[in-house]
Amino acid sequence: MSKRVGLEASHAAAEAVRMADVDVIAAYPITPQTHIPERLAEMVANGELEAAYIPVESEHSAMSACLGSAAVGARTFTATAGQGLELMHEVVYVASSMRYPIVMTVCNRALSAPLSVWGDHSDAMAVRDTGWIQVFCQNNQEAFDMTLWAFRVGEDARVLFPVMVHFDGFSLSHVTEPVILPEQEEVDNFLPKFQYPFALNPDKPMTHGAFGPPDIYSETKVSQEVALRKSKGVILQGWQEFGEIFGRYYDPVEAYRTEGSKLLLLTMGSFSETAKAAVDAMKDRGELVGLVNLRLWRPFPFKELIQAVKGAEILVVFDRCISFGGPGGPVSSEVRSALYNEKYRPTVVSFVGGLGGRDMSVKDFEYVIERGRELAKKGSPELFEMVGVRGEVTGIRG
Amino acid sequence: MARKKLKTGSDLTWKDLEVGNIVKEAGSASARKTGDWRTERPVLDKEKCTKCALCWLNCPDAAIRPTEEGYYEADLHYCKGCGICADICPVDAITMTEEEEL
Repeated sequence: MSKRVGLEASHAAAEAVRMADVDVIAAYPITPQTHIPERLAEMVANGELEAAYIPVESEHSAMSACLGSAAVGARTFTATAGQGLELMHEVVYVASSMRYPIVMTVCNRALSAPLSVWGDHSDAMAVRDTGWIQVFCQNNQEAFDMTLWAFRVGEDARVLFPVMVHFDGFSLSHVTEPVILPEQEEVDNFLPKFQYPFALNPDKPMTHGAFGPPDIYSETKVSQEVALRKSKGVILQGWQEFGEIFGRYYDPVEAYRTEGSKLLLLTMGSFSETAKAAVDAMKDRGELVGLVNLRLWRPFPFKELIQAVKGAEILVVFDRCISFGGPGGPVSSEVRSALYNEKYRPTVVSFVGGLGGRDMSVKDFEYVIERGRELAKKGSPELFEMVGVRGEVTGIRG
Repeated sequence: MARKKLKTGSDLTWKDLEVGNIVKEAGSASARKTGDWRTERPVLDKEKCTKCALCWLNCPDAAIRPTEEGYYEADLHYCKGCGICADICPVDAITMTEEEEL
């Protein structure tokens, strides 16, 4: 029997890691991720989890230790946030290029300066192109579910990629919600033992991490790119089988009350639940609006996105990150680009808000939807609009 | 040790690469000439050499081999020109010489 308990997302993720029977954890504590390594260290110390816990001296070392651990075929986990992910950056690329299926939670946090420990997606967007499979969670149940699913997908012999599970710092990481925890037997049915086909072994020596001169580097990158895009099949299969065992089904792009909607709002992460409440309120007033929650970020779900926005005239994209000097929020740039070659496509309007822990209420999202409709109709000289900023914002132009 | 001739990097397409570019065969460097980027090479003065074998012992790439006459000389297919042998030689019998001068 599964049980329903109150857990913050950090503890839900730690519980998933324990149930996945992970072999090695190498992590460095950083706000707002601290509760994850703290809880896992406690589990290891108490004998609830038989794993090696490596208390490293930095995030760069954390990911480096994870490389070694994955190279010998150990199930490997780490977690970080904000500045920690930035310090780790160099090694994040190595993990995906060497195809080590490490699972990493990122409790999304703003980047300095000014110093902010609070949530936004700047850290996630800075690792957009690192070659990891990446998903965003809406709530604590998803934090548990996606962590379990991440091991299953990343370690699949047809995939062998690291997976990043993003959830919002504080608004999920530190907030208690009901989470359904499965039986260990169900987890074991879903998640087979990790069988890494190229594990380092003195009896069968091989080379991991040879260098790549100009006559081979391009080929290595193409092979990586094709493999990451091909992982989509296993990603979908993983979610399908997850649903069959646990009863919760997930899609790369979640369409919420989109049927017949002329205007759609697109969000990622925990704000999607707030935005759903805004959509509900406006639907009650008879407005034709709906929500698209982008769950799978890499590989980007082109087909599903195009399908989800079919028939919509306006697509309002809400970002929690500024791409300084760029064409809009990073998500809106990608969404616009993904739809550009479609014959019938909605007008894409870009908003940025919720930076550094600034809250977005249901009313704020209703404003974003209404303002988005206005901008789509009359146009604007600004490339994107900021939400909830004091003082009129002008000068964000091409 | 006899080895089959391995493909060089420029023979491989992206489809030939292993997952994560792993090289499954151990010691595959011996099938390739890996010293072609050297800028200096060790030149041995046989008059000075005492055949002590310290250069052979200290070469980090195992590129120094005993010759039939009992001297020790670098295999230039593998020598990277690091100069450790010249530095370690107690009788200064090895001189690092610019490739361009040879």
